[in-house]
Amino acid sequence: MKQRILASGNEAIAMAAYDCGVNLGCGYPGTPSSEILDEFCKLGGNAEWDPNEKCALETAIGAAMTGCRAIATMKHVGLNVAADPLFTIAYSGTAGGLVIITADDPGMASSQNEQDNRRYARAAGVPMFEPSDSQECYDFLKEAFKLADRFRSPVLFRVTTRVCHSKCVMERESEREALRVGNFVKEPSLNVMIPAYAKMAHRRLRADLAKMAEVAENYAKAEMRSDKLGIITSGISYQHVLDAAPDASVLKLGFTYPLPVNAVKEFVSKVERCIVVEEGDPVLFESISAAGIKVEDKAEMFRFGEFSVERVRKLIANDTTPDPVPPKGKAPQLCPGCPHRKTFEVLRDLGCIVSGDIGCYTLGVLPPFEAIHTTVCMGASITVGLGMRKTLPEEQARKVVSVIGDSTFMHTGVNGIVEMVYNTPATGHVVVIMDNRTTAMTGLQEHPGTGKRLDHKTPAERVVIEDVVRGIGVKNVDIVDTTLETERFAELLKQRLSENECSVIIARRPCILAQARDAKALKAAQAKENK
Amino acid sequence: MSVTNIVVAGLGGQGVLKVTDILAEVVFRSGCDVKKSEVHGMSQRGGSVSSEVRYGDKVASPMVPAGEADFLVVIDPTQVEVVKGKLKENGILITPENIPVDKLENPRAINTMLLGALAAHLDFADELWQDVLKKEFGPQLYDLNARMFKLGFDSAK
Repeated sequence: MKQRILASGNEAIAMAAYDCGVNLGCGYPGTPSSEILDEFCKLGGNAEWDPNEKCALETAIGAAMTGCRAIATMKHVGLNVAADPLFTIAYSGTAGGLVIITADDPGMASSQNEQDNRRYARAAGVPMFEPSDSQECYDFLKEAFKLADRFRSPVLFRVTTRVCHSKCVMERESEREALRVGNFVKEPSLNVMIPAYAKMAHRRLRADLAKMAEVAENYAKAEMRSDKLGIITSGISYQHVLDAAPDASVLKLGFTYPLPVNAVKEFVSKVERCIVVEEGDPVLFESISAAGIKVEDKAEMFRFGEFSVERVRKLIANDTTPDPVPPKGKAPQLCPGCPHRKTFEVLRDLGCIVSGDIGCYTLGVLPPFEAIHTTVCMGASITVGLGMRKTLPEEQARKVVSVIGDSTFMHTGVNGIVEMVYNTPATGHVVVIMDNRTTAMTGLQEHPGTGKRLDHKTPAERVVIEDVVRGIGVKNVDIVDTTLETERFAELLKQRLSENECSVIIARRPCILAQARDAKALKAAQAKENK
Repeated sequence: MSVTNIVVAGLGGQGVLKVTDILAEVVFRSGCDVKKSEVHGMSQRGGSVSSEVRYGDKVASPMVPAGEADFLVVIDPTQVEVVKGKLKENGILITPENIPVDKLENPRAINTMLLGALAAHLDFADELWQDVLKKEFGPQLYDLNARMFKLGFDSAK
């Protein structure tokens, strides 16, 4: 039985994970991937937010090593954090099924870069699926687990912003596969990557990839409409191509690494002109060219930003006139009443050099605050600030402050505190942890410091920030509400900046959006009780 | 049936996504193919938000190409300039100027009134709209929104 539904790509992934008996879903929130685990949990799946993507992938690996099925979800830059386990689990594989969902953000709707994670499949030697709509998100995830079973291999599942967040009509199966029961079999030669075993594992991996290339042929779909123009494409670009060039022949790839070479060869031989239409880096073009097949690449300007039907039309016509600049909309800003506002006002007024991080508070870079001066990646605020302190002349070094959110602190900020205590700069350092008790930017998810699990209900042991930093060895730890105690915060910050010590100031006040959500949930629960 | 393109725009918090959620659900229930697209993330923080719905026998790209929107619904007048490039020649622009905003019982329901005005141009049964309004707003907010929807609808008929 199939059910016709309207669902986003993220919802479809969650449904597929539930329907094919995924035992555990792990991840760290990140646009555009965040909704997958929430939806999986609502369906009844066992889902958790991990402190960061490396922890998420490793936890999923452990589950898959017991013969169970697991997914790890993250945004594209999250896979950088999880890259360490990725490259080695590619060698050893897992007894159960492991699918890593990487949600890329071409055009940077909400990201610090537009890296193309199709590169990771090639770099690590991990097979990759690229769905182009919700139906394929659903179908391909199930196929990915079949592939994982057959080859003991992890699978990368690459989606992009428009696939994750677009709702499409799709069909869902009504059956659910039985959940597997964990059973760990001790096979050190497969699961312990000491050099002797890893050398064998690497050879096995390359041999398996050769076989997977044959499987990939099954997901190459040729739609012959013309012998003049052929287009090779994958993912969301395929949907744009259908509108931009309805009369062209199209080879649509669903399994893009390893490359289905035979299908590509055959398709190219049937058309006079063949062009690769792919958002982001020329990854397919390079793979196809490396296989000795002659195809046309897109012009360099189409490497930047997101595709649209009109840009794909231009790409195919080799029209390189600059794209029209869209009228500027209203920039996002910190909410009225946001607790970060007063914190930034003080940092601005004291003329601090502020090393920032990733979250809502990155908006502190914009007027009227202009109080963020560097942002690199998750957790970088503390360590980048420390580096600045170590090379700036004393007078300027004293102005350096690192600001980081509570969820980001749990993610990769803790390591920076260790570095601060161990290699303390001559002028000391000041870290402001902007603790609003939620992961606000990505949609108010829980984290280890909130005391609640992913479902916002189940209580969890709370990791207490002040205890963590004191435990690491920070002597000066203060907690302030910068909204109610603005003057105290300003005086305290001035004092800490003048000392040659390591200081952490926790600016604690709950996010107003999270408070509103919790109040609503409480009201609903009370209404239910009163019935 | 060729593809119909609808773009809804406004500012974060004005209910842009609510409008396209209801619209897409109505279209879906009518049996058409439909795709709905939007961008999450930074747009949640009071900035410009737009969301798009395309429907017909078969829809490919989820994004409405520039200059091809049949309807453009703009909740915040400041956003007309930002998105008007989406509207096709002779396309229909629906803004708060086109609806009886003085009859709004709650200023937040302006999105529903605009949706009503849009619905007057589309060919879906009222019963379908009411079912989806009920589902999306829940029993507490349905009555108010149904009244606002009707005011918008009647003003455009």
